[in-house]
Amino acid sequence: MDGAHDMGGAKGFGPVVPEPNEPVFHGEWERRAFALTVAMSRPGGWNIDMSRFARENRPPEDYLSKSYFQIWLAGLETLMIERGLVTSEEIEAGKMLSPPKPDVKTLPPQDVVPTIRRGASTERTATSPALFAVGETVRMKEIHPQTHTRLPQYVRGHLGTIELNHGCHVFADLNSLGVGESPQWLYTVRFDGPELWGKDTDPTLSISVDAWESYLERV
Amino acid sequence: MTGHDHDHHDHHHHHDHDHSELSETELRVRALESILTEKGYVDPASLDLLIDLYEKKIGPRNGIRVVAKAWSDPAYHARLMKDATAAIAELDYSGRQGEHMVVVENTPEQHNMVVCTLCSCYPHPVLGLPPVWYKSAPYRSRAVSDPRGVLQDFGVALPETTRIRVWDSTAEIRYLVLPMRPKGTDGWSAEQLAELVTRDSMIGTGLPKQLGETA
Repeated sequence: MDGAHDMGGAKGFGPVVPEPNEPVFHGEWERRAFALTVAMSRPGGWNIDMSRFARENRPPEDYLSKSYFQIWLAGLETLMIERGLVTSEEIEAGKMLSPPKPDVKTLPPQDVVPTIRRGASTERTATSPALFAVGETVRMKEIHPQTHTRLPQYVRGHLGTIELNHGCHVFADLNSLGVGESPQWLYTVRFDGPELWGKDTDPTLSISVDAWESYLERV
Repeated sequence: MTGHDHDHHDHHHHHDHDHSELSETELRVRALESILTEKGYVDPASLDLLIDLYEKKIGPRNGIRVVAKAWSDPAYHARLMKDATAAIAELDYSGRQGEHMVVVENTPEQHNMVVCTLCSCYPHPVLGLPPVWYKSAPYRSRAVSDPRGVLQDFGVALPETTRIRVWDSTAEIRYLVLPMRPKGTDGWSAEQLAELVTRDSMIGTGLPKQLGETA
């Protein structure tokens, strides 16, 4: 979806302000919100693309006024409510009002380190040859999905060059809908600065995105 | 909001240094943890372990070891550039948000910078959780359109002839910048070189410390 999260090239946000000696978390609630989100993915059964969509799918003023971990918290609440794990009444009341969903798996302490260290590879075995070759010029499709996509608006319609082929990976757009992983070839596509931002752009600039095959069309 | 039925998870009371002014968000998170614990979905001990892992074990010191080794060991450098995920795993760093690693090397001709314009993708096993600025609208919006301006915000000025290459992490590939080894460090050990590597130099918004800058 073309939401407020898709920020590449937007103007008016001002300078980047680094924080000296920044802590990992700012306050106890950020620690707990982060850990709850990570730990709930097992009982919740959602995937990373569903989580991303739950965070970004909100009115721009809401997305832009929340801090990062407030967005995580809101996303977590959405994911849990959608699956009947908690109700919005319970969240508002701040206490349990209905019994837990049965047969839900939790993340036990002994699984924490192995789960994080294992991660979740998104690479899958290819079932068809790659359509594009490294060095080939491609055009990014001009598409505007209503649902989750990882094709940023600032590259749509533009010409780029295939620079890397990363193999076949779980396709985020469909995986976010819970209709299967639908793996596709994934490429790094490089763009010249002036192609994206106009002829007055610094000619030494180039930008790349990682793009699944169905984002690309042959030139 | 609750506040009376926390007896079953006393573990987090010691975190509460200030009971007076809890914000709405703080109360909401606290109540949510209480609900999820009571429902049996989360074990508070697992939450404590997750926090400890990301505050103490997973952080930029891991990436610093990777860079210092690449600077001091040519065979490792070659393995890192060929298959970064495997070379990083040699140092025992792997997993969540670092499953598919690519290392991009700075040269006098090209400077690399990493961003995630859509959210906050970042190579956790080697750099830890991202700083606030990395997740902020100013960085996400401008890194791809005005990276030299962003570098200025960090006090970094590169020669006009140096090409700038920005990597927007839009899928599950995670990028680590291998900065240029500072001049005058011939014969230094990996441990000595590690003192020169900064987190920002591995994102591409900074440069390593140069000789004379270290305390």
